Amino acid sequence: MVAVKETVEQVKQLDVDQYKYGFSTELEVEKAPKGLSEDIVRFISMKKGEPSWMLDWRLDAFRRWKTMDEPQWARVHYPKIDFNDSYYYAAPKKNAAPKTLDDVDPAILETYKKLGIPLREQELLAGVQTSKIAVDAVFDSVSVVTTFKEELKKAGVIFCSISEAIKDHPDLVKKYLGSVVPVTDNYYATLNCAVFTDGSFVYIPEGTRCPMELSTYFRINEKNTGQFERTLIIAEKGSYVSYLEGCTAPQRDENQLHAAVVELVALDDAEIKYSTVQNWYPGDADGKGGIYNFVTKRGDCRGANSKISWTQVETGSAITWKYPSCILRGDNSRGEFYSIAVSNGYQQVDSGTKMIHLGKNTSSRIISKGISAGHSQNTYRGQVSAHRKATNARNFTNCDSLLIGETCGAHTVPYLESKNASAVFEHEATTSKISEDQLFYCRQRGLSAEEATALIVNGFVKDVLQQLPMEFAVEAQKLISISLEGSVG
Amino acid sequence: MLEIRNLHVAIEDGTKKILNGLNLTIRDGEVAAIMGPNGSGKSTLSYVIAGKDDYEVLDGEILLDGENLLEMEPDARAAAGVFLAFQYPLEIPGVATMTFLKAALNAQRKGRGENELTTPDFMKRVKVGAEKLGIPQDMLKRGLNVGFSGGEKKRMEILQMALLEPSIGILDETDSGLDIDALKIVSEGVNALRSAKRSFLVITHYQRLLNYIVPDTVHVMSKGQIVRTGGKELAFELEANGYADYVTNAAA
Repeated sequence: MVAVKETVEQVKQLDVDQYKYGFSTELEVEKAPKGLSEDIVRFISMKKGEPSWMLDWRLDAFRRWKTMDEPQWARVHYPKIDFNDSYYYAAPKKNAAPKTLDDVDPAILETYKKLGIPLREQELLAGVQTSKIAVDAVFDSVSVVTTFKEELKKAGVIFCSISEAIKDHPDLVKKYLGSVVPVTDNYYATLNCAVFTDGSFVYIPEGTRCPMELSTYFRINEKNTGQFERTLIIAEKGSYVSYLEGCTAPQRDENQLHAAVVELVALDDAEIKYSTVQNWYPGDADGKGGIYNFVTKRGDCRGANSKISWTQVETGSAITWKYPSCILRGDNSRGEFYSIAVSNGYQQVDSGTKMIHLGKNTSSRIISKGISAGHSQNTYRGQVSAHRKATNARNFTNCDSLLIGETCGAHTVPYLESKNASAVFEHEATTSKISEDQLFYCRQRGLSAEEATALIVNGFVKDVLQQLPMEFAVEAQKLISISLEGSVG
Repeated sequence: MLEIRNLHVAIEDGTKKILNGLNLTIRDGEVAAIMGPNGSGKSTLSYVIAGKDDYEVLDGEILLDGENLLEMEPDARAAAGVFLAFQYPLEIPGVATMTFLKAALNAQRKGRGENELTTPDFMKRVKVGAEKLGIPQDMLKRGLNVGFSGGEKKRMEILQMALLEPSIGILDETDSGLDIDALKIVSEGVNALRSAKRSFLVITHYQRLLNYIVPDTVHVMSKGQIVRTGGKELAFELEANGYADYVTNAAA
């Protein structure tokens, strides 16, 4: 059919120009020597001014990592990564440790301005944004600034970079770091333990509802530099926090590695809502360049009646390998995973979740929407398991895939495992295509091809978009349209 | 006024011809019916007027009020006043009917350089239109055509037509799959839209629909051409004698 041919042509012409975060910032940077060794691990720890217990932890992880093998089970293909061909630390030289926003290099401030990330509290207060959001801005290997710290402090909330937390709150870090994702959890997580450079730390005290949304914005700027972020969020008994994460990177021809570890701990009656809009550079029309996004995110519902909810909108990265999961340890705890994964061009996505039911009356809900276009491959991989003590565990899973065009693929790989007879797991999956007939129907009513596609896609992802905080939902909706631009003829 | 001159159409590889030099003129305010056997090209004609991709126009022209539709994208044709009521309306899951109607209406207004409707104004129009067609409000909140019965889908097509106020409404076998009560409601909906400015092209196999939507002219189509034209009484003749005569004659 002509229409399909056109679609294929359009996709072939797909231009990276639509990635509007692809600019880079010229800065003087201080880098670690290229490559990966114990000396590099020591260098990072020294640069961060870390206590010796932290260095020991890193070195232990590094030694273990050297004995491990890269996982091969994901449905993604890429040339073998030469871990010695990357830089593991890059920090803007000017004002290495800014005290206030005025000390931050204007070029960095300008970068965030271009990205639309508000860093000036007064701008927020002046009503540029409808609601207050505190931001931790991580630029390559360092956190450059964290806003609203003082105001949060009044509520007892600690929101700072992980580097600061290691120095200022060592007891909390020692107690919780690695308690959800063990050092040897997996190849990339172990690597992260050895070389992580920065990330955010959040502590919500007992009975406190965090007075504003917290967010971290990750930006990879330097060439050939990996970003290894480490985030730790602790919600004490009866507390609540909503946390947002955003990511972008410049357009570059070579692949860059991003291997993050995020750990969440929810104690009795606490709730953590974690939302991500991931828009790393996806590579160009021929699949050249782009971020390898190998991320371990896990939440531990450690207390009774606790709740952890992951919402992700994944539009970027050349390769996404990511399974935000929940360990439902506390009785009556709840885990949720809402995901929209959009792939276009030559992107490869292997993403999903794990819901590990350990406690009694635990419940989980998985809603995954995959949209594939171009030559991309989009896999949902999910595991739901009930321990033999997890009486009355409940899971509902719904995985829908939408295909645009003829050259992309969608795959669903669910693993269900129950060792308790009272567990009830439900799994629904559908795969559909935006048909030329649907498009024609919409266009006959006056909508352009692009408007029609956006409308159909938005209908498809509606259930998940509703889970995002308002400002994010609007942004995510736009992002999805941009990611799919040119995918329909 | 819709003028179709010497229209030749093939399916896209160009080998199989569907329309063979079709001529048809529909004046403002006229209701023209096209009848004919299966495979005579009736639905193709409706799709080609609306601009569906799967067809290749080899020759001829289609003018709406003097504008050449063949040079326009489907959405531009819609904005210019072409409305096609589908034989099988498509489902759009997750998109509330109300949202779809508003998007369509405003897209067309934008296409014509008009302002978007305000929400209260839009809601009022939908409410009035839906009541006339016996469409309950909660149906407007559901995904467009998702889980609608055949009759509900056809009523929704007529509601869309009422809101979009086209200059030509094409009904492609709107009577198929309708019981007699639904047929009456849909026909009344169409009749209410008849005006001195608006014309209709009613495609059907059966005379029955034309008892409710009484045409000004009836055209018989066979092998991609209009082979006979008459008044509404021609429909009765066809009902009595069938299409056998035309199928053989037109081959010549």
